[in-house]
Amino acid sequence: MPVREGIYGLLAEFNTPGELVVATEEARRAGYRRMECYTPYPVEEAAEALEFHKNRVPMVCLLGGLMGVTTSFLMETWISVWAYPLNIAGRPLFSWPAFIIPAYEWTILFAGLSAGFGMLALNGLPQLYHPLFNAPNFRNGATTDKFFLCLESVDPKFSPTETRSFLEQFHAVSVVEVEL
Amino acid sequence: MATQQPINDPMIDPKTGEYAVIAPGHNFKSVTQKIAGLVLTSNTPLGWFFGLMVAGCVASLVVVAVTWLFLKGVGIWGITMPGAWGFAIINFVWWIGIGHAGTLISAILLLFKQTWRNSINRFAEAMTIFAVVCAGMFPLLHVGRPWLGYWLFPYPNTMNIWPQFRSPLAWDVFAVSTYATISVVFWYIGMIPDFGTLRDRATLPLARYFYGMLSLGWRGSTRHWIRYETASLLLAGLSTPLVLSVHTVISFDFAVAALAGWHTTIFPPYFVAGAVYSGFAMVLTLAIPIRKFYHMEDLVTLRHLDNMAKVMLATGSIVAYGYGMEVFMSWYSASHWEFFMMWNRMFGPMWWGYWMLILTNIAIPLTTLWSRKLRVNVGYLFVLSFIVNIGMWFERFVIVVTSLYREYLPSSWGTYVATKWDYMLFIGTWGLFTCLFLLFVRFLPIIPMSEIRMMLPQTKITRRGPEAETVIEETT
Repeated sequence: MPVREGIYGLLAEFNTPGELVVATEEARRAGYRRMECYTPYPVEEAAEALEFHKNRVPMVCLLGGLMGVTTSFLMETWISVWAYPLNIAGRPLFSWPAFIIPAYEWTILFAGLSAGFGMLALNGLPQLYHPLFNAPNFRNGATTDKFFLCLESVDPKFSPTETRSFLEQFHAVSVVEVEL
Repeated sequence: MATQQPINDPMIDPKTGEYAVIAPGHNFKSVTQKIAGLVLTSNTPLGWFFGLMVAGCVASLVVVAVTWLFLKGVGIWGITMPGAWGFAIINFVWWIGIGHAGTLISAILLLFKQTWRNSINRFAEAMTIFAVVCAGMFPLLHVGRPWLGYWLFPYPNTMNIWPQFRSPLAWDVFAVSTYATISVVFWYIGMIPDFGTLRDRATLPLARYFYGMLSLGWRGSTRHWIRYETASLLLAGLSTPLVLSVHTVISFDFAVAALAGWHTTIFPPYFVAGAVYSGFAMVLTLAIPIRKFYHMEDLVTLRHLDNMAKVMLATGSIVAYGYGMEVFMSWYSASHWEFFMMWNRMFGPMWWGYWMLILTNIAIPLTTLWSRKLRVNVGYLFVLSFIVNIGMWFERFVIVVTSLYREYLPSSWGTYVATKWDYMLFIGTWGLFTCLFLLFVRFLPIIPMSEIRMMLPQTKITRRGPEAETVIEETT
């Protein structure tokens, strides 16, 4: 990986979600690809504007659930039929209706843990350091009441001067450089 | 009769005549400041210290009762033959039932897009977790040798023994441990964005460090938010069947046994409804003082209290149907044992338990909650929430005790008398629950800020970019 130097990107701050969405759509239209919006609550229109559709959380959750049901049902069968067979009121050793209940619970357990931790993993969290926290106005607003668009310097179209003037046409409260 | 409301009440939406979910006049900054301020403030109210002190003293009863129990064994409790399931099981079912409303609010109401729940779901989930903590203690102590409690889980061991999966008690282990785990994960994931807010607003370095670690570096990225929302919905979708299954499995502990008064198919739905009923009562018990002491009347409005009272009315009616069916079936089954069990519940030596249950669970709430005036009467709801929780405790008392102490053979009849150690442990868990809740109220965001922001009118997207403005200039 080459040594990254210079700036991470240009960060535009907006007061309303509407301004952010318009700016994002325009940036996308102008050919920018490496960018991200930062909002204090989920703004679906911003995800639309970023054309972000590759959400793999449901798949991770499904795989977890399938793993849970298989693991627990096979484990119960192995334990009750082979490992530790017990005669309980004359019931068959493979009394599968009774096995459904723990298997059901473990399906939910594995699926839920996969959804939760899978989401964190796909998001690359925990990541306690990020260049954006260097921006002076980011922490004051991104988790409270401001809406940010960051055009990143790794984008081939990025140029410190042109990108700045591009962002400034959208009535941004401020456009600041984010140090790496 | 329609109740008269003052027409100029700002809390009433003029279009629908309903109370507003959030008081008008809030914006992103004001809700954030208000909720984050509770946690980040440097002056803790004196009442909080006082409350923690009292609750801590009560919670220390748990330590005393458990220490003596470890030294002496479960013989210090009132359990004996035939009444082998005393307070331990009653309290276990009671506490875990209370927890269910939290999951219902956070999961089922999220799936139904009931956005009014946003104000109350965080502390309802906290209530769930603390109730499960209290509940989990009882069966563990009841097994007699709690230090061997891990034998309940399937793990390879040198003794070569494994759990017996045809037993409802083994199912219970899976249901309750899954419930506790998923509730904690759902609760924590829900708080991550709010931890981010607290990290960014904290002025003390220690607080910034503490909340910074908990926030895992959350920065509100849109791609993160979309995955986050999906995960929340999935967890809600998974918690919904989970919460229904947990109390169903607990009812199997009774229903699978061949004992008159327990062996009935109505138990699963009736247990779940009863759990939600008592849980909403507990949410009211907690929400009413919190909104008062922390001046949260604009975020937890009368609309919330009204809606919760309506849920209690609905679930209470299901519970009443369950009681009715139990009585009907004891006659209709033509089983001598069933008939005697019901007669004994109503008129036997412990008749007061049954009638107490009917009075507090059915007679008082289900006659008064129909009135809207009473549903928005904060004082009345607060008192009622205690009444219902007393009633739900008596329900479990009646089910456990009156079924066991008159079993099939009159020669093995006995009685059940709880000892001071039973009472000490039970009362101690109230203190433990209150302690945990007070710590939660002080150190964690009690209302989800990100979800409240989503309910504000400012979230509406209005497209006003350079293009739109040129259009306006051209037309003018």
